[in-house]
Amino acid sequence: MPIEIKLPAMSPTMEEGTLAKWLVSEGDEVNPGDLLAEIETDKATMELEADEGGTVAKLLVDAGSENIPVGTLIAMIAREDEDASDISVPDDGEASAEPADDKTEQAAETPDDSAQKPKKGEEPASLSVEPEVPEGTPMKRQTVREALRDAMAEEMRGDEKIFVMGEEVAEYQGAYKVTQGLLKEFGDKRVIDTPITEYGFAGVATGAAMGGLKPVCEFMTFNFAMQAIDHIINSAAKTLYMSGGQMRCPIVFRGPNGAAARVGAQHSQNYGPWYASVPGLIVIAPYDAASAKGLLRAAIQSPDPVVFLENELLYGHSFDVPDTDDWVLPIGKAKIAREGSDVTLVSYSIGVGVALDAAEKLAEDGIDAEVIDLRTLRPLDRETVLRSLKKTNRLVVVEEGWPTCSIASEIQGICMEDGFDDLDAPVLRVTNVDVPLPYAENLEKAALVKVDDVVTAARRVCYKD
Amino acid sequence: MAAKKAATPDKKESAEAPRVRVTEARDGIEQVPMPDRYEASKDELTDFYRQMLTIRRFEEKAGQLYGMGLIGGFCHLYIGQEAVVTGIQSAMSKADSVIGGYRVHGHMLACGIPAKAVMSELTGRAAGISKGKGGSMHMFSTEHKFYGGHGIVGAPVPLGAGLAFAHKYQEDGGVAVCYFGDGAANQGQVYEAFNMAELWKLPVLFIIENNQYAMGTSVNRASAEDQLYRRGESFRIEGLQVNGMDVCDVRGAADVALKWVREGNGPVLMELMTYRYRGHSMSDPAKYRSREEVQDVRTKRDPIEAAKQQLLEMGVSEDDLKAIEKDIRAEVNEAADFAEQTPEPELDELYTDVLVGNY
Repeated sequence: MPIEIKLPAMSPTMEEGTLAKWLVSEGDEVNPGDLLAEIETDKATMELEADEGGTVAKLLVDAGSENIPVGTLIAMIAREDEDASDISVPDDGEASAEPADDKTEQAAETPDDSAQKPKKGEEPASLSVEPEVPEGTPMKRQTVREALRDAMAEEMRGDEKIFVMGEEVAEYQGAYKVTQGLLKEFGDKRVIDTPITEYGFAGVATGAAMGGLKPVCEFMTFNFAMQAIDHIINSAAKTLYMSGGQMRCPIVFRGPNGAAARVGAQHSQNYGPWYASVPGLIVIAPYDAASAKGLLRAAIQSPDPVVFLENELLYGHSFDVPDTDDWVLPIGKAKIAREGSDVTLVSYSIGVGVALDAAEKLAEDGIDAEVIDLRTLRPLDRETVLRSLKKTNRLVVVEEGWPTCSIASEIQGICMEDGFDDLDAPVLRVTNVDVPLPYAENLEKAALVKVDDVVTAARRVCYKD
Repeated sequence: MAAKKAATPDKKESAEAPRVRVTEARDGIEQVPMPDRYEASKDELTDFYRQMLTIRRFEEKAGQLYGMGLIGGFCHLYIGQEAVVTGIQSAMSKADSVIGGYRVHGHMLACGIPAKAVMSELTGRAAGISKGKGGSMHMFSTEHKFYGGHGIVGAPVPLGAGLAFAHKYQEDGGVAVCYFGDGAANQGQVYEAFNMAELWKLPVLFIIENNQYAMGTSVNRASAEDQLYRRGESFRIEGLQVNGMDVCDVRGAADVALKWVREGNGPVLMELMTYRYRGHSMSDPAKYRSREEVQDVRTKRDPIEAAKQQLLEMGVSEDDLKAIEKDIRAEVNEAADFAEQTPEPELDELYTDVLVGNY
């Protein structure tokens, strides 16, 4: 039996990769530990080593191929007692030799299709309603990651006071590649690697903002920002008020928030409700790339402290982004991600993808769901929520986070206080299970917010269960 | 290893309390020079005296207003520590910025902020420097480059390093002067900030005002290394321990430290040995130390009394000093009367200054 080399998962969230370069050719002898190829993941370029020695019999994927699903057979190596020229590709490996551009369907079939992850090709772009985009605006397809990077770069080009600080933001090109290329363009004065000291560097960045600069302070994830939360709240959020309006703190704290994939309880938490409860902060949690770009630019321009919550699982997802120089969105304005008339699904960040998937399923049952992407959690766009409720009279909140004291409970409160007469059913919340996030794949899946639960809740408020 | 530099001999006191110490010389680390006591002219010393006395009379008055119920909440008085801020501020330049903790009334006065604006903040009035919304611990004046006024122990240290980052980034030649206490010196974030400040050679002067007690806990009950000026050694930060009860000792050391920082050598850590006569806050009965201990410092080491004696030796008359005192009392009384009479904030101020922008 020849050795089958399959594309390995090289990070917890990697679903596909790019074969940047082959480092061997067919017919080469390889020893254990020799480098076979360079693989580009969603986070970095990594080298693939041979575990066993032999002769390279077949290279099944062309260098430069993109979007190769994890597990795809990419090469065959003949063992010492085998003749490389006799090695044939097993039947189920054929598909892997196809050009990468046609892989979207295959990507959707990868076993890890847990409901909370919107998949490529499934974003219902045609249904999205983006009133702020003028007709005829040219669009480009971009990942959330690229959109965020462009937002920072475009703002930095226009204002020397803006700098980016955080762990691995410069030479490493970003732990999640969000700051890729910024060091090269802006230099090490403005793109600064910090030691792993969140409390300290969040304080330094906040002090720099008080001193007149406009820092973008990246946390590798918001889980680690717990060490820095004192400066975010006590130093950044409260100073304007405590100084009687004298001292501004124009800073953006940004980084991935919420559950990633299989990283366990300490690395999987949604801090949206925490920060959204604090007066003096702006809190933004976008879903798609256009919102991510337009709102990050708005956040950097804002004279106030902003907590900007990204999502690791969304970084690699592509959306249409207006291809203009001035794509800046208003803070505090929700987006109707899908128009509908029977029930309103309110969500933010990755939950929007869950809500959109649920809306598709509900449509099959003849239920026309409207999906609202809050985008900003503080200040919350109450008007858009209440206007939709007035139209549909039924509302479900979808949140990738815990249920207790959540954005979902806040929306319930708003609907009770100001939308009571419009309600034909109680507002329901569909959230993660109220436990620390478990590691085991089945338990993790069970703990996270699910499309089917949203469908069930929507049917309940429509009295169709 | 090089021997420790000899400390400047102390004429008045025993050898156990030298006026100044520097961290030991170490291989590969340039040593901060040993400072000398500043030789103030008569006019300069008169000015120091006036500033220190203003702070003392202001704080005494604040204590009285607190007793009358006009000042609420926490109120931390600076009485006894006046030489520290007076000496440091006198060595600073216009481009420099200041940040401190929650015992900063004196720092604000030394920054040139009017006594009325501070006192009426203490009484929670609209005319206060923070419109009555900050209180004793949360006062700021961007006009005077005074960046607070922070109620969280240790927080000013990374924030101060951040101010220094801004000075360096904007190349404005300024130094951030960052005051904190012996209690804050045990906070973890202090060391995170030390690391980055030295790593990036930030222009920041860290000043530990060691008044011997973190609330009720004496330094040696809370600190494994109680020589706090050595706390920067593992970050290669040079330290100076200075007699904080003599304004000219403080000034001399501040000149050396600020020159070092301004020349791009990175931070200096100064430990000012000082003493507060009052409790930690107004509600502190101060049972953790004896009355004799406090009286001993008051009678033998009081910074204002020492400056007064020196002025008399320099030929300033008792009458001149009395005139200064009279002026100060009048100024402080005027500030207190104003703070008592000026109105509270309008109720709609409750909702202003939460955010700058409208969203």
